[in-house]
Amino acid sequence: MSRYSIGIDLGTTHCVVSFVDLENEGSTAIEDEIKQEILLLPQLASLGSVEEKAQLPSFLYQYHESEVAPDDLALPWDRRPDKLVGELARSLGSKTPIRLISSAKSWLCHGGVDRRSAFLPLDAPEEVEKMSPFDVTMTYLEHIKAAWNQHFYENPIEEQEVTITVPASFDPAARELTAEAARSSGMKNLTLLEEPQAAVYSWIHQAGDAWRDQVSVGDIVLVVDIGGGTTDLSLIAVTEEEGNLGLNRVAVGDHILLGGDNMDLALAYCIKSKLAKQGKKLQAWQVLALTHSCRDAKEGLLADSTVDVVPLVVPSRGSKLIGGTLRSELTRAEVESVLVDGFFPKVDVSELPVQTARGALTKLGLPYAQDAGVTRHLAAFLTKQVDALNNLAGFEPVTGAFIQPTAILFNGGVLKAPVLAERVLGIINSWLDTEDAKPARLLDGADLDLSVAKGAAYYGYVRRGKGVRIRGGIANAYYIGVESAMPAIPGIEIPMQALCVAPFGMEEGSSVTMQGEELGLVVGEPVRFRFYGSATRRDDQPGNLLEDWDEGELEELPEIQATLPVEGLSSGEVVPVYLAAAVTEVGTLRLEAVAVKGDERWNVELDVRENEK
Amino acid sequence: MNFDPSLQLPAVFDITHLVLSGIAIILLILLALKPSKNTHTDVTLNPAISSETPDKAIPLKEPAVNESVIKSTSPDSALQFLSLLQQEARMIDFIYENISEYSDEEVGAAARIVHEGSLKAINEYFTLMPIREEEEGSRLTLQDGFNASEIRLTGKVVGSAPFSGTLIHRGWRAQEVKLPKISEGHDVTIIAAAEVEL
Repeated sequence: MSRYSIGIDLGTTHCVVSFVDLENEGSTAIEDEIKQEILLLPQLASLGSVEEKAQLPSFLYQYHESEVAPDDLALPWDRRPDKLVGELARSLGSKTPIRLISSAKSWLCHGGVDRRSAFLPLDAPEEVEKMSPFDVTMTYLEHIKAAWNQHFYENPIEEQEVTITVPASFDPAARELTAEAARSSGMKNLTLLEEPQAAVYSWIHQAGDAWRDQVSVGDIVLVVDIGGGTTDLSLIAVTEEEGNLGLNRVAVGDHILLGGDNMDLALAYCIKSKLAKQGKKLQAWQVLALTHSCRDAKEGLLADSTVDVVPLVVPSRGSKLIGGTLRSELTRAEVESVLVDGFFPKVDVSELPVQTARGALTKLGLPYAQDAGVTRHLAAFLTKQVDALNNLAGFEPVTGAFIQPTAILFNGGVLKAPVLAERVLGIINSWLDTEDAKPARLLDGADLDLSVAKGAAYYGYVRRGKGVRIRGGIANAYYIGVESAMPAIPGIEIPMQALCVAPFGMEEGSSVTMQGEELGLVVGEPVRFRFYGSATRRDDQPGNLLEDWDEGELEELPEIQATLPVEGLSSGEVVPVYLAAAVTEVGTLRLEAVAVKGDERWNVELDVRENEK
Repeated sequence: MNFDPSLQLPAVFDITHLVLSGIAIILLILLALKPSKNTHTDVTLNPAISSETPDKAIPLKEPAVNESVIKSTSPDSALQFLSLLQQEARMIDFIYENISEYSDEEVGAAARIVHEGSLKAINEYFTLMPIREEEEGSRLTLQDGFNASEIRLTGKVVGSAPFSGTLIHRGWRAQEVKLPKISEGHDVTIIAAAEVEL
């Protein structure tokens, strides 16, 4: 039996590892008695120097042989790692970006690329070794594993309970890839947990028994998690279960690539244009350095409301520090207009994020949010999820235009700034006011930087039946595309129908079959299906066939593929099958094709290799 | 040059002097650093043996000095700290620049880099605490048996304890030193590598 429950926050910009000693609980085992710790991760901070830090920056650097002295890369467990991760990777990469891999997590959830093919760093010269988003993820996990096993050599991570957090908006393929990367690293007892849920668990743990006083039956908690790279939203309803408070995650938001890094960059560009007006043109490295100093200046301004101006300096690269230093300043007015009004505009709840059609010649890149207005994304989420409570006992269907949260939990470094937190709360309350609803209250006491990892470690404890568990199952219904049976008309695409294969809210460990709906699979030939997810259709049952649906109700995901091996069958033969879906204990979706005659089962791959792109 | 900031307080406390006094403090820390092996970096300093002032009172004519009284310090951690200060705060660049060529405004801009970086480095690798918690300028009495390396008496030093006096400087003590571990074979004499952009 495992001794520790380990929580890994595998973030876009940082990884954090937290753990709970399961054997060391107090004898009465009430929630606030368990001790939560953060694993310090040894990493190269500069060449030849190893530091232990709570955060491992999620950066990977493919160094050049002539770039480093032979002995300068030693880690406690590896004399000469062939790839660099962490602090040193980030700092070397800031000067040599062609060898740096960042945001691997965002690539892992990018349906438009083959996530197992080696293409990162993007646009790197031929001789730089490329890696796939999957391999990069595994490299971070291997580093975490080595750090753990060095510290706890008597309790190797392979034997412990590991919970890895993923964004609530991660698609099934990205979840499966994360789980597979962890399994390949030897983490056998694995569970995936959605990050906003982890934040809630951390809050519950922090508040101790008092959490029951802070929320009550009927509450709708909105979790707003704005991290370095992504914005993640979830709604959790508080219900009554056998006389106790229960928590139900009723909705999750879209995958929004928008976070603190965008904000620092926006400030740097604001300063850049200010300097351009003074006739000073910046080089690329200066913009980068400016981004770093803007981050510090922003934090200074946001933390202290009495400061109005923070000087910014970009040191020269040469040894002449005084002559070559570039000076400017960041004012409160600039922060307010760029950050507060730019990223958190005062909008109506009916406003939707601006979407412009991307040009046909867009370069391969991450699908960053086109609209930087976090509040518009928030409005769109609450409006889209207006029916989220329809199936929940004890809740009246919402009559207004949007779902009305009664409490808000913040997470992520960006919301540490009181100005931004108040702004978000203020805007949500202005929306509530238009519908004469009571203002939402803030659930406080959360540690915004480390709570995801902490909540994940605490979840291992909850899984042992102690403390409240958030229910909810999968936050999407899934469908495969089936062509309608109709005569072909030239020039008209055959309309697609959607066959529901996994219903909304399907819980871990449960499975369904679509026995009535037979499909024919050709032996030896990969058969592809179009695949859809819906975050709003809560009533479709497995086997339901949709002929049409509203705009935006179904979102197309990367295609899935079934291949029947030739062994035991004759190539080209058509085998009638039906589909079976299961949500594994790990938290991933599994689709299988089951032979109608006999009970052979074949796995349907959610993550299909793209031949082009 | 005297490094004790409390003795040479300038009448106008401009930014240059602020930086200079900061440097003085840093150099004092460097002097006070207990030599430590690379493999053993998390140390809690014992204040009683941390002072290593260049001591002229030791008679030079006695070559057979007791090894346990006078020890030679390993330069490794000092070099490592210089390197950290250069890396975080551009300290060496700043010290070796001829600041008389520049206006106070220009020096001030560079001083911000040095100040911010030094603060970050010191907070990251050291836990520093004042030795006395009282307000500077307040009166205090030292009982017999006070620690003479913690508290230095100046002025009319006559008679015997208890001593009454005014607290001029609160003093600083390094409670904890947490320098990064250095890999075997890393050349610590390289404070900052030369940089060549291709």
